[in-house]
Amino acid sequence: MPPFPSQAEVEETLKRIQSQNGVQGIIIVNTEGIPIKTTLDNASTVQYAGLIHQLVMKARSTVRDIDPQNDLTFLRVRSKKNEIMIAPDKDAFSNKTSFLLY
Amino acid sequence: MEIVHVYTRLRGEFGRQCLFSDRPAELLVDVPPDPRLAQDFIQKNPRDQALQACRDMSEHQVNTERFESDSCGINHVEGGWPKDINPQEMEQTIRYRKKVEKDESYVNSLLTLGSVMEHCIRQNNAVDIYQEYFEDEDEVEESPEPPSAKTINVFRDPNEVKRTVSCLSWHPDGGKLAAAYSCLQFQRSSRDMSLDSYIWDIENPNRPELTLKPASPLVCLEYNPKDSHTLVGGAYNGQIAYWDTRRGSQPVETSSVEQSHRDPVYKIIWLQSKTGTDVFSASTDGQVLWWDVRRLSEPTERLVLDLSREGNLDRALGAVSLEFESTMPTKFLVGTEQGVVVSCNRKAKTPAEKIVCSYDGHHGPVYALQRNPFFPKNFLTVGDWTARIWSEDIRDSAIMWTKYQTSYLMDACWSPVRPSVFFTVKMDGVLDVWDILFKQNDPTLSLKVCDEALYSLRLQDNGRLVACGSQQGGATLLEISSGLSTLQKNDKSLLAAMFERETKREKVLEARQREIRLKERSRSEQSREGEPGREDADHGPDQLIAKAQEDFYVVTEMERPTCLKVGSLLVAVPREISIIPNLAETESVGICKEIT
Repeated sequence: MPPFPSQAEVEETLKRIQSQNGVQGIIIVNTEGIPIKTTLDNASTVQYAGLIHQLVMKARSTVRDIDPQNDLTFLRVRSKKNEIMIAPDKDAFSNKTSFLLY
Repeated sequence: MEIVHVYTRLRGEFGRQCLFSDRPAELLVDVPPDPRLAQDFIQKNPRDQALQACRDMSEHQVNTERFESDSCGINHVEGGWPKDINPQEMEQTIRYRKKVEKDESYVNSLLTLGSVMEHCIRQNNAVDIYQEYFEDEDEVEESPEPPSAKTINVFRDPNEVKRTVSCLSWHPDGGKLAAAYSCLQFQRSSRDMSLDSYIWDIENPNRPELTLKPASPLVCLEYNPKDSHTLVGGAYNGQIAYWDTRRGSQPVETSSVEQSHRDPVYKIIWLQSKTGTDVFSASTDGQVLWWDVRRLSEPTERLVLDLSREGNLDRALGAVSLEFESTMPTKFLVGTEQGVVVSCNRKAKTPAEKIVCSYDGHHGPVYALQRNPFFPKNFLTVGDWTARIWSEDIRDSAIMWTKYQTSYLMDACWSPVRPSVFFTVKMDGVLDVWDILFKQNDPTLSLKVCDEALYSLRLQDNGRLVACGSQQGGATLLEISSGLSTLQKNDKSLLAAMFERETKREKVLEARQREIRLKERSRSEQSREGEPGREDADHGPDQLIAKAQEDFYVVTEMERPTCLKVGSLLVAVPREISIIPNLAETESVGICKEIT
């Protein structure tokens, strides 16, 4: 399958998410911590990428320690002002994780 | 060396059992000292020999491994870019990103993640899952905690000779407490008793924040509710003094001795006026004086508490407490030493009309007097062993009162937050908190604050902190539990209903009393024309006593045996028996000893 339609799909998905009510921004980060795509400014992106990555690792390892068959599917960090929603990719230490600010 | 002694043993006898036998000691060797050997040595006299008497110690060295630590921070600036790409260069990063985006696995995973994310977002948007339900409903009685109070601080009189804390006043903002110290017992103050009063910061109980130095010990002290830097105090010698805390410890002005009170000033209150400089003071010399603090040389107005309205100072009642409510600026209440509360109107035309009415209820001086901040028509008085609540309309008696306590009540005040709560202090050092909506017979909370008598009490405006002063100069600061210091929903309406009910009861009783009195009066008028001996309820107490006395003598006369003189003996004969004509024939007459 040619990559382009898929890429268009990706764009469409992201646009759909961004258009939802209350979404402030989206950041897509790969395993190495490099932000691939972002709708926020660079400084915040880098900050989020660095901090959240570690949190996800910890959360995932916690879940797996308790039950090795289990795995982390979603992580919400709710704070006074907003909520950070993190969707980690299925494979352990996978290539991509994406998360967005809500 | 020559052989001295030889032992021999036959080989065959080796191993034979030893048979010991006793035998006396015998000298085997005797080596006498050989003086010739001494010639090899030279005698050295004296000889220096150093000695040290101490514990043996040893020296030992130890070397630990050096552990070096270094603090450093990690600055995560950019992610783990591969080595060949310089994160600063936009071109390279963009190119890298584009490459990643083209990767198939990237696309797939992102699609799945996208759908997951969308699901959660829709969840969030659909229902606010973190919404607070039942937020508006009042919190249902959080497990009713028993009322309690805890001591936060105790401020002690720093002087050697301890004086009573006769009055306390809170700073309008609440962070400071002014305490007036004086010795109220007659002629008990000693020469070296300090005259100072102090202002304390509630956070620092070790040292007073400011010392006030009046000419004579202060009996009462009051912060100006409008201007938190000024205070006015009434002294033991009757003078009024005015302080400004910015100006130091000496009073800015003191009233002149001739124009002031002639007895200690027991209470002084700031008035509501446009200038905010009016005060009025009360003292046991029977006068209530009004002053303008800018000019303390003479009072602006004078009122003599003479109930016969003649302004006669000799017959005036000594005032011990004063009450002023800013919502009723012309009326005020004065509590007297005689147990009478006098209600006065300042704006009356003639001095005679200034005294409106009096409420007589206590057996002793009315030490505290305060209107209920929520129901100004009702006021609380404390004197002798009870606390009484009055309604302005009922003159004869209080509408509610506590039972007689075991010790004298010295001060009381309403809670500024809850209309049904008031506090009293007693001479045995107990602070009572009364909640009349909860329990009328006993205090809701009774705390023993200290061993000596408590003389004064004051609540802070937020209703949670209460300060009470003792005889030995210790002012204790307590915090009341929230149950007693937060306004409940129905408080006001319930209390209003209670006061109304009690007032009505008193009114009914009063009306009944009047009826009875009227009836008796009319009856007595009728009976005056009738039999004089008829017992009337209208008799005054003197007449009743005389009559009782008379009756008593008559009865005793009847019972008492009379004496007959028979020869040289006095014979007792009961009265009822008639005199026996022929005494010699009977033997039934008792002979008794002489009756004097």
